[in-house]
Amino acid sequence: MKEIDELNLPDDIRYTDDHEWAKPAGDTVLVGVSDYAQDQMGDIVFVELPAVGDTFAKGDEFGTLESVKAVSELYMPISGQVVAVNIALADAPELINQQPYASWLVEIKPSDPGEYEQLHDAAGYLQLLRG
Amino acid sequence: MSTTNEFPGTGGLILNEPLLWHKGKKGRIGMSIPAGEVPAAAIDPLLVGEPADFPDLSEVDVVRHYTRLSQWNFGVDSGMYPLGSCTMKYNPKTNERQAATPAIAAAHPMLADELCQGTLRLLHELQTYLAAITGLDAVSLQPAAGAHGELTGMLIFHAWHRHRGAQRHKILIPDTAHGTNPASAALCGYQAVAVKSDERGMLDPALVAELMDEETAGIMLTNPNTLGLFEERIREIAAIVHAKGGLVYGDGANMNAVLGVMDAKRCGIDVLHLNLHKTFSTPHGGGGPGAGPVCVTGELEPFLPVPRVVKEGDRYRLDSDRPLSVGRIHAFHGNFGVLVRAYSYILSMGEAGLKRASQLAVLNANYVKERLKDVLHLPYDRPCMHECVFSDLKQQAQKITTLDMAKRLIDYGYHPPTIYFPLVVHGALMIEPTETECKDDLDQFIAALRAIVREAEEQPDLLRQAPQRTKVRRLDEVQAARCPCLTGPSAV
Repeated sequence: MKEIDELNLPDDIRYTDDHEWAKPAGDTVLVGVSDYAQDQMGDIVFVELPAVGDTFAKGDEFGTLESVKAVSELYMPISGQVVAVNIALADAPELINQQPYASWLVEIKPSDPGEYEQLHDAAGYLQLLRG
Repeated sequence: MSTTNEFPGTGGLILNEPLLWHKGKKGRIGMSIPAGEVPAAAIDPLLVGEPADFPDLSEVDVVRHYTRLSQWNFGVDSGMYPLGSCTMKYNPKTNERQAATPAIAAAHPMLADELCQGTLRLLHELQTYLAAITGLDAVSLQPAAGAHGELTGMLIFHAWHRHRGAQRHKILIPDTAHGTNPASAALCGYQAVAVKSDERGMLDPALVAELMDEETAGIMLTNPNTLGLFEERIREIAAIVHAKGGLVYGDGANMNAVLGVMDAKRCGIDVLHLNLHKTFSTPHGGGGPGAGPVCVTGELEPFLPVPRVVKEGDRYRLDSDRPLSVGRIHAFHGNFGVLVRAYSYILSMGEAGLKRASQLAVLNANYVKERLKDVLHLPYDRPCMHECVFSDLKQQAQKITTLDMAKRLIDYGYHPPTIYFPLVVHGALMIEPTETECKDDLDQFIAALRAIVREAEEQPDLLRQAPQRTKVRRLDEVQAARCPCLTGPSAV
């Protein structure tokens, strides 16, 4: 398991208290889980994601990740509608462990773009992890 | 006691064994069947599929096969099995003997009531004992396991609210409840609302009061909770839930801590399931069969599954005339053989014996906790009930995880404890010794864990490469979960 200083926490994305990340991509936002989350969960073996078209409020559970240790819920960093899900993860859940920031889970069309700004930046998230 | 060669784990000759498909040979047979006296008749090929792919084997092939497989196994009859939350206590052999009594084992479940008074009496008496043990008023023996009991309890919640004319859609579940609780509630259509435990591992009545509303059907809590701690404010919590028109479900999976000590009804619990295969010493592991009877207050009795076993005068009969019942939830009378074993256990132990078993289970867990807390991190340092929960925090500097320590315990001859549960403790190592183990055996187990902690500092690779004395080394759990292989090879 990684020490806090060994974690990769890119500056160009935002983070939640529940260890999801969000990254703007034009009109939409990509959502995934942080390096800390994948490291804590251990090897991920199953990914359950919502359907395209589903809408969620910020904080809603939108899927689950199952690792050899436990099943963890995924919570929406911002409100919006799912416009795409990363189907490649169904056959290769290990991609989340290998490349947590390239392995987005869902792509969201935000209903309130202002919510993004309320998320932690990398420094704030790091502070949260240090407790 | 401290020298390594006294630990139960040792190397030795382990016999290999192929799959039966690889072992058989065409024409080999287990027994000679007399030639048929009736001429063979052709069967319409549309009625039969491809013949089953069974290998041809002799009797000794089969006996050796399964004997060898059993020798690779580890059970409570081979050694200590401190699997937290599972209560892997010893199963006295007298229970097996009673369950195998021909008059009991061969009783047909469709016999008319007047022809099976003995089995009905056994069921009725077991219901009465379980009611007395929990303090609740009525019991159904039908549910086949703990989670099935939880589902039955949720169906009873639902039926009760429907009867009162106001259906509710949420249910409160603490983060220290058993992992199956949210699934059982969700299967019944309830939305689970998580309730965080406080820094002492306890449920806070103020938080329950904040979350409990008229959309919420009630609360599902586990007491003692999954941290092995007793929810001290259970009566306050129950009063809050009742005042808002909700019900209280008590997951009784941890009852081994409180037999003859806790009165569930006085705690404010309305529905409670018991795991006979844990607390009442019937065999379990490998998925079953279990038994998860549901105990309820008198107010909820009309909602219990049917048929009910009732006593009228000195006669027993099955009664299905219960219009408010949630209906039948298992064929016949649940897993009857398991019920017989639990009945035998209760009669063997008696009231004083059951209470003593709980006291010793709690004492053993506290002894293990006190003897290990200087070398393993103890997140909640206070008296525990029947199990104690450590973490791998002190081993993090060596990058040794709970999994590594658990695997190394196998080399020492112990079944590993439960790991990574409960989820509220990061890297949890959950030890439930049960009352089965005597002090000498506990001391040896403690010495094994202390030796492992020393190894973590001095030779951490021993742990990373564990287990080493087993037939197979550390298995690739990730590959097994991602690409499970669930079929045998074809015999050709």
